[in-house]
This record gives sequence, structure tokens and C-alpha cells, in this order.
Amino acid sequence: MHFAEPLRLQSGAQLGDYTLMYETYGSLNAARSNAVLICHALNASHHVAGTYADAPKNLGWWDNMVGPGKPVDTDRFFVIGVNNLGSCFGSTGPMHANPATGKPYGAAFPLLTVEDWVSAQALLADRLGIDQFAAVMGGSLGGMQALSWSIKFPARLRHCIVIASTPKLSAQNIAFNDVARQAILTDPDYHGGDFYEHHTVPKNGLKVARMVGHITYLSNDDMAEKFGRKLRNAAETNDYKFDFGVDFEIESYLRYQGDKFSEYFDANTYLLITKALDYFDPAREHGGDLTKALATTRAQFLIASFSTDWRFSPERSREIVEALISNRRQVTYAEIDAPHGHDAFLLEDPRYMGVVRAYVDRIWGEIAAGEAA
Amino acid sequence: MNFEDLSTLRPDLAFIAHWVGEQAHVLDVGCGDGAMLRYLEKGKRCTGYGIEIADDKVLESTRRGINVIQHDMEQGLGLFGDNSFDTVLCLSSLQMMQHVEALLRDIVRVGAEAIVSFPNFAYWPHRVALLKGRMPVSRSLPYQWYDTPNVRCATIVDFKELAEECGLEVIEYVALADGKPVTFLPNLRGSLAVFRLRKRAKRA
Repeated sequence: MHFAEPLRLQSGAQLGDYTLMYETYGSLNAARSNAVLICHALNASHHVAGTYADAPKNLGWWDNMVGPGKPVDTDRFFVIGVNNLGSCFGSTGPMHANPATGKPYGAAFPLLTVEDWVSAQALLADRLGIDQFAAVMGGSLGGMQALSWSIKFPARLRHCIVIASTPKLSAQNIAFNDVARQAILTDPDYHGGDFYEHHTVPKNGLKVARMVGHITYLSNDDMAEKFGRKLRNAAETNDYKFDFGVDFEIESYLRYQGDKFSEYFDANTYLLITKALDYFDPAREHGGDLTKALATTRAQFLIASFSTDWRFSPERSREIVEALISNRRQVTYAEIDAPHGHDAFLLEDPRYMGVVRAYVDRIWGEIAAGEAA
Repeated sequence: MNFEDLSTLRPDLAFIAHWVGEQAHVLDVGCGDGAMLRYLEKGKRCTGYGIEIADDKVLESTRRGINVIQHDMEQGLGLFGDNSFDTVLCLSSLQMMQHVEALLRDIVRVGAEAIVSFPNFAYWPHRVALLKGRMPVSRSLPYQWYDTPNVRCATIVDFKELAEECGLEVIEYVALADGKPVTFLPNLRGSLAVFRLRKRAKRA
């Protein structure tokens, strides 16, 4: 969807003339009360569920959560997936032409914040005729957007579902992000962000960035179990190679993930999304007091975390829960004992899926009761 | 769940619900399937939160629509501010706790009043079992000694002493048998001890 009115950004910059890619599933009911907004994390998109007729292998990133009969049942809810600004899946981003110059934005693309994304999502909701969402939902960075919705637009959502997220990044989180950014920024093919014009792609930088990021998505136990110290050539010599090629399975896996990622992801997008993560801190303007930051919220909350997630650990989710309780908000908190680290929010786990399903069923119950009344 | 259903299914909870004020802000420590809190919300317009550790109970509580916080009570009630609840419930959970005293002190901190229930170890069939030289197994203590989650065994007299030490004043207590109060020889004839407590006013 195209927007001609410029978007004022938190940085003070403006983004004029932009497009938001979105996808919808299910249908909006007559009362317009069954809309659910799904917010994506770092490398995902508006393509939340299902596949396309012409791309049967391109499964939506949260297909185990969203779809007919799934926890977020698209036979009941009108689900919207939206690609955030600055991303590289169709919404306006650094790779698109800057109307002012006619050339790709590159380094000139403004930095965006979680709040800016939420503002843009709200404008999309306006266009789609949705005054109030039944729920706004997301995991990780998507959870930050959901939380931000509850603060910025308290009356526009009844439920807020925040999974494997945090009210702000820790120094360690920012440190990992900066290592990733440095890998991209120092890649000679990056050309200060204007690599499109040089017809290069800073693939090596992107690859290393993804490798670093990927480490933080997995738990130590999970890595130990999947890879351990297994050697790549275990079937043949099963010995060290005494060079800097691939010895261990984990090296092979990470390099493969990095290579795959660098094929499809945009370096400028990676940079600006990690910055948006770093900047997110709704308590900041309240002197660091999250309770005050959440005082204006009106939604009911489902907060969920995973025991082995060391990127955004359960402790960080508990900070949100504690602040909500201090404000006497309605909140359900599930701390799921799952082995898969941060990635668990994207994976199938009966306890996790069960709690989300139970909570979303409750939302549906309220809608159904509203229709009966 | 209405009061009749609660009375039939969980007579002990139905009795205890009488002690919770209308519109009270309630913390249910070890809320189980959430039936009590749901009843208090519907029947007495209460608000509040339940704490539960077990995955299956958290799921049931979520289904019931109460605010359940998955949390290990052994970690204390640090999520909750001082004096933030009118009533703190701790029903048939205390006997499973490693740190009973610490939890009781935390209950005193977050709530004005507390209602605590636990199986009365001095219930006469338990005494008879011990006299026969066996650990008691009954409806209120339905486990064998080697697989019981009840790591703390207390009697009405014992608990009263600890509660007072932890800064709680006993407003009243009853012993229930099959959900009905026992007035004559409660420490002998009641299988479930229920205490209604309040924070003792600080001495000036």
C-alpha cells in the first residue's frame, strides 16, 4: 500500500512517499473486531503464513502459529502481516529509489525506531479500516513492536502478545549487534552504504553478521547436542585438517547459514534493524521506570519467555510482567522450559503453542460473546 | 464457576471464599487450575493474579481466563510490591515449600490479609496411622512417604506459632472436614487447616 503523506520519524527525519507490503489472512468480521496484527522480527516479513501458488516452498515464517486451525486461527481472525519500513521484502527500504535523487537511498535512508514502525503500522490499520485490533502480537523484535503499540496506541488493541522479548537491550545484546554491524561496515564491498551503485554486495560482512547473530539465537545445550565437537569429515578421516578451513560441524553450519542469509538479505536493512533493536527502551523517557512507561497501557497482556533463551532471557520478560503488575494490568505470563534458546519462539513446542492457543481462544470467546450480545 | 459448582466440586474453596471481601485485590499463591480466582472474579468481583509453576496448571488457568503468572514460589514474591493486595491466598501449597518461613514473610509483605490452608497432620486418622507405626496416607495426604510433594508436615498448633513469629496475627482459623468446619477438637477432627491472618500492626 502506498502512502504519499511523509512519515515523521523519531530521529527528526522524514520518510516521504513510501510503500508498505502487507498480507492478510481470513476475513474481517462485520464488527471489525477480529483483526490481529503480527509484527515480525529481524529477518522476517509480511509473509506470515501459508505458501504462494507460484512459490509452494516459500512457507510463511510463523506458519506453525498462524493459519486455519492454528493457535491464531485464520478461520476466526483477520490476520495482518506487514513488512516494516527499511526491511528488504517489498516495503520501502534503502535499496529503493530515493525520490529526491532517483538513485537508491543507500546510506541516505533514515534510521528508524520500533516506534516509527508502529506509527506506520497504525497508518496501515487506518487504511484498512481497523480502529482496534483484537490483538497485536510478535516475538523478539516483533514483541517490542507489540509492546510499543500498547504504549503508543493504548485504545487501539485489546490484547498484546509479547513473546521472547525484552523492554530494552542489555549491553551484551548491543555488543553483539555492534560486532555484526562492524562486520558489514568494514566490508570493502559496503561502500559506505551505497553498494547498489557499485554493483557489489557486502556478502562477507553480512555473512559474519548473521553468524554472530545466529549464535545468540541458539542455546549452549542445543548447540552441544546438535553439533558438539563433531568434525565435518567424521565419515572419512575424522581428524583435524590443520588449516583455517572447516574442521567442525558447527563451523560448517554457521557458514552455511551466513552464506544463505547473505544471498537474500540487505546489508543496510541489517544495520538499521539492529539499530532499532538497540534504541528500543520505552522506559528511557520515564527516567528508566518501566512501570511509568506502561502506565498508559490498557490492553491485556500475554507475555511468554523461554528458559534457555539467553539473548532475551526470562528475566527480561519478568521485568515487563512486574511493571504491568505494578500498574494492575491484566497479564498472563508463561515461562516455557524449552531447550532451543531464543529461536524457540519460532519452533513447535506443545506447551508454548498450548498456552498461546488457550489465550487466543479466550480472545475469540470475547469476540464471539460480543457478537451474540 | 458459580458458588454451587464450587461448593460441590471444591467445598474447601467455597468455604474459604467467604473470607475474601467483595472487590478485593487478590494474589493466589499456587493457584492451581485457577478455579478459586475465577470464582472470586465472577462471584465477588475481585481482581488479581495467580502464581503457578506447573505447565499444565498454567495452561488450565489460562483457559479459565485468570491472570496467571508462571513462577516458582520458592523464588519468593519479588514480582509484587509491598502492600499491593487486600488478600493473599496460599491454599494447600505451603506444605510443598522448601522455604516456608521466607514465603510466609513475603506474604505478609505483599498483602494486608492472608488465607493459608494446609493438610492438618494431627487429623485423627493420621495419628492412628502413626500409632500403628505407619506414615499416614489419607484423602488429604494421599501420597506414600517416598513420593509425596508435601515436604512439610504441620499441625494447627504448629502453624499458629510460626505465623505469629512471621508478623501475622491470627484473625481466626478453622479445621475443615469434607469442606465443613469442625468446632469440637479441630486439631484432631479437621483434615484441612485454614487460617485467616493479618499483618500485625507495628508497635509504636
